[in-house]
Amino acid sequence: MFKVTIDNQSIEVEPGTTILQAARKIGGEIVPPAMCYHSELKNSGGKCRTCMVKVVQGSANDPRPIPKLVASCRTEVMDGMVVENITSPQVVDARKAVVEFLLLNHPLDCPVCDQAGECDLQNLSYEHGTNATRFEEEKRTYDKVDIGNLIQFHPNRCILCYRCIYAADQLTDNRVHGVLYRGEKSEISTFIHQAIENDFSGNIIDVCPVGALTDKTFRFKNRVWFLKPMDAHRNCPTCSGKVTLWYRGDEVYRVTGRKDVYGEVHDFICNECRFEKKNSNDWTIEGPRTVAPYSVINQNHYKKVVIPSVINPLKETME
Amino acid sequence: MSEKHFKHKLYVKENKAVAFSPTTLEKINTIISHYPEGQQKSALIPVLHIAQEEMGGSLNVDIMEYVASLLSITPIEVFEVATFYSQFYLEPVGKYVIEVCQTGPCAICGGEDIMAYLEEKLEIKVGETTSDGLFSLKAVECLGACGSAPVMQVNTEFYEFLDLTKIDTILAELRSKKELKKPEEQTWKERLS
Amino acid sequence: MERKIVLEHIDVEGIQHLDVYRQHGGYLSLKKALKSMTPDEVVTEVKTAGLRGRGGAGFPTGMKWSFIDKKSGNPRYLICNADESEPGTFKDRYLMQHIPHRLIEGMICAAYALGANKAYIYVRGEFKAVIGILNTAIKEAYAAGLLGKNILGSGFDLDLHVHSGAGAYICGEETALIESLEGKRGNPRLKPPFPAIKGLYQCPTVVNNVETLANIGWIVNNGGEEYAKIGIGRSTGTKLISACGNINKPGVYEIELGLPVHEFIYSNDYCGGIKGGKELKAVVPGGSSVPILPKELILKTIEGVDRLMSYESLSEGGFISGSMLGSGGFIVFDEDACIVRNTYNFSRFYHHESCGQCSPCREGTSWMESVLHRIENGQGKTKDIDLLVSIASKIEGNTICPLGDAASWPVAAAIRHFRHEFEFHVNHPELIKNIKHGNLEKLDVKN
Ligand SMILES: Cc1cc2nc3c(=O)[nH]c(=O)nc-3n(C[C@H](O)[C@H](O)[C@H](O)COP(=O)(O)O)c2cc1C
Ligand code: SF4
Ligand code: SF4
Ligand code: FES
Ligand code: FES
Repeated sequence: MFKVTIDNQSIEVEPGTTILQAARKIGGEIVPPAMCYHSELKNSGGKCRTCMVKVVQGSANDPRPIPKLVASCRTEVMDGMVVENITSPQVVDARKAVVEFLLLNHPLDCPVCDQAGECDLQNLSYEHGTNATRFEEEKRTYDKVDIGNLIQFHPNRCILCYRCIYAADQLTDNRVHGVLYRGEKSEISTFIHQAIENDFSGNIIDVCPVGALTDKTFRFKNRVWFLKPMDAHRNCPTCSGKVTLWYRGDEVYRVTGRKDVYGEVHDFICNECRFEKKNSNDWTIEGPRTVAPYSVINQNHYKKVVIPSVINPLKETME
Repeated sequence: MSEKHFKHKLYVKENKAVAFSPTTLEKINTIISHYPEGQQKSALIPVLHIAQEEMGGSLNVDIMEYVASLLSITPIEVFEVATFYSQFYLEPVGKYVIEVCQTGPCAICGGEDIMAYLEEKLEIKVGETTSDGLFSLKAVECLGACGSAPVMQVNTEFYEFLDLTKIDTILAELRSKKELKKPEEQTWKERLS
Repeated sequence: MERKIVLEHIDVEGIQHLDVYRQHGGYLSLKKALKSMTPDEVVTEVKTAGLRGRGGAGFPTGMKWSFIDKKSGNPRYLICNADESEPGTFKDRYLMQHIPHRLIEGMICAAYALGANKAYIYVRGEFKAVIGILNTAIKEAYAAGLLGKNILGSGFDLDLHVHSGAGAYICGEETALIESLEGKRGNPRLKPPFPAIKGLYQCPTVVNNVETLANIGWIVNNGGEEYAKIGIGRSTGTKLISACGNINKPGVYEIELGLPVHEFIYSNDYCGGIKGGKELKAVVPGGSSVPILPKELILKTIEGVDRLMSYESLSEGGFISGSMLGSGGFIVFDEDACIVRNTYNFSRFYHHESCGQCSPCREGTSWMESVLHRIENGQGKTKDIDLLVSIASKIEGNTICPLGDAASWPVAAAIRHFRHEFEFHVNHPELIKNIKHGNLEKLDVKN
């Protein structure tokens, strides 16, 4: 076992564990936020840079620090490694910068976004953002793209985390969408007119950390904090059948995979469960889903989570 | 202000049959053999170059799907690559694609004037193609020939040490519908003596 | 005078061809290495030589080779990086075009040292002519038994192929190059693992620049110790410098490391002074990515010591008052050059070439370009100058690959040393609106 110390808390982990996983084992506020990494998706991570931490001691054998900040989601621990996350002003600064970069071109449409209330970026900016926008340029926009009747794609909201690409690669037989073009012009697309539809394609909705991929069949589109999440299962021949049902009153408004406190689904579900089983009778109810403590759903109040000056122009709409 | 709205164009299949000649297929098989077994995807960029060259100067969905099938990969893998590299054209281009280097070293040696002059002579803006389909004008980044700035590339040939008179000569030559020929190489030493 | 190692005999008629190249001592190193040296001995000679990577980072080549994983049992690969896309750099093209066998000879020795039986030369797609020349030379080498099975009866096999890129500066970064060679988008990989452990097809791989590899034959022939005598301090050997910009004699020069910068700029053996008898204003000494230095700081360090063309001397003073040797792309600006316009130009380049994978680089390069575009077009504000410094500092060090740094340094350095020009642009929008590159002579930017 390797001993690693993160923000003065120590833990023993298996060799091969990443700093982020070690931090999650410790838990609490010292866990770095992760926007592009998803523990169930191989090769994910390293791209968004929100999870960067400072390694002040490389290992017991070689105590030299690592000169640059490292992506904790993709850096494996060494025995005796000492890491600083929220105790390092450099890390806090860099994270602020990354949040600023991620928000530069992100539309201010939280009030009309399906993901509002369960958006990792919204949470991230609430916790780590700065107060003022210094961006005076025009925001990048794209035309809407139709990717079929099940999934809605809002390209303007995409933060290019690549999670949906890995999900399609690893969970479905035939990936038809990808990252096209390069640099700032990169975009998620199918390139040709084509629906993203196969047994497991709906999972790209659950892995998307923002509201770029949403459920087109989400009935009567509703703010998620008005919905009551219940864990349920059914005997499904295709997938685990373990889901969260989102109720309003007695009606199931939508079905999703079960997200843990870090917003990750570990049992991916099939499209039949997600899109076609919207009747309580289809399911065995297990009980209310405990929602991530940091999530705004818990706070039941939208205003609390907006980053004041960035979202302010829309404040009126919310009240 | 630079253009900030990115048209998210979705392309359509024309469903025209495309195929390489047997000689080209042989050439492609040789290229594939340069990579270890099972790594035929490595041949993708070289094969796209051949496809673009032999199939009208640009790539379309049919061509790319054909290339995907040749290399036993999925079409999206080809789209991802073709859209990443600036040498692949997804829109039809003229017979001669004039690519003027616009990067620093060329720019401080008169590259901007070359571009302006070409726009004037061809009566098109950068990014456009002349109505007779003869010329496309593009701006590119450093061509790795900054010592002979300003530089441009026409199809596969480099034209270096450009000035306005040279542009006149080159355009006249290309307009007379002669095939593109290798420009005479000029060395630094010759140029100074 | 020029001290020739990699460009030796480059002026000989027909030197591109194997027979002529051999008449001038070509491929002797191969006999020596394959017949009388073990692979490890070759690595040791390269270490002794003190040869450092000529692609930009200057990492000791022998050390890089010794990291290659020989235990895994997986096939090993050698890749020559001939992507040459760093603005201001054009030495590799010159070398490959005129003396391709020098590279091939070096690659065979290097592959032998590494135990690699497959090697690729990744050439940027625009260099179609170079690709043709290399293919001809490789064919000649195969025919002469210098490539293929059982080279010179030594039992060592090597296959060498040219692979073409397709227009992407980022593919010069070694892991992006590997991805590209695998037929993918040129997205750099996260390191570790380093290519020496997991590179091409997840196998141990060494990536070296053209010029680095072109030195190997000489080192094998003459020994690392002889090589280490050339140059100065830890900057051993010679370096190809691509000289361009507002000078009388642009071109590729092979210099012994340690040559005074002043001599390089003003001597008739090299740049031959500033074009049109103008004054020198600034130099970017190592390709567009390295910090620009004003005349005073490129000729002498802040301590007043003559600056030399070497890794150490050019970086003397750190980023406060120094720069880097980088790839040896030496871009000279005369007194009329507009630094703001050039900075905007470079930032457009990096914006265009960012692969887009990581958020600070994807978003930051675009933001810097937009702000610089405004300043250059008379719509800048004073606070934009500090904003640029801030954006640059937030990209730097926070990205997957060094392109993020490479995009930040030129902006930060230009503002550090030429802040008055940026302020002039902000304060006199009506005056700067119509000027282009090199039209600054009419303006008194000092005020
Ligand atoms: C953005 C970027 C572009 C690069 N471009 C090149 C290049 O065009 N040619 C090159 O040899 N090295 C280039 N490099 C450096 C390579 O990553 C690598 O360090 C080099 O090929 C190693 O060879 P060397 O040790 O022989 O220098 C680039 C690096 C970066 C970060
Ligand atoms: S659509 Fe969502 S999951 Fe896919 S890359 Fe964009 S943000 Fe990530
Ligand atoms: S720094 Fe830029 S070029 Fe490098 S990986 Fe990140 S986005 Fe790509
Ligand atoms: S979560 Fe680690 S870089 Fe995105
Ligand atoms: S800047 Fe034009 S070729 Fe390099």
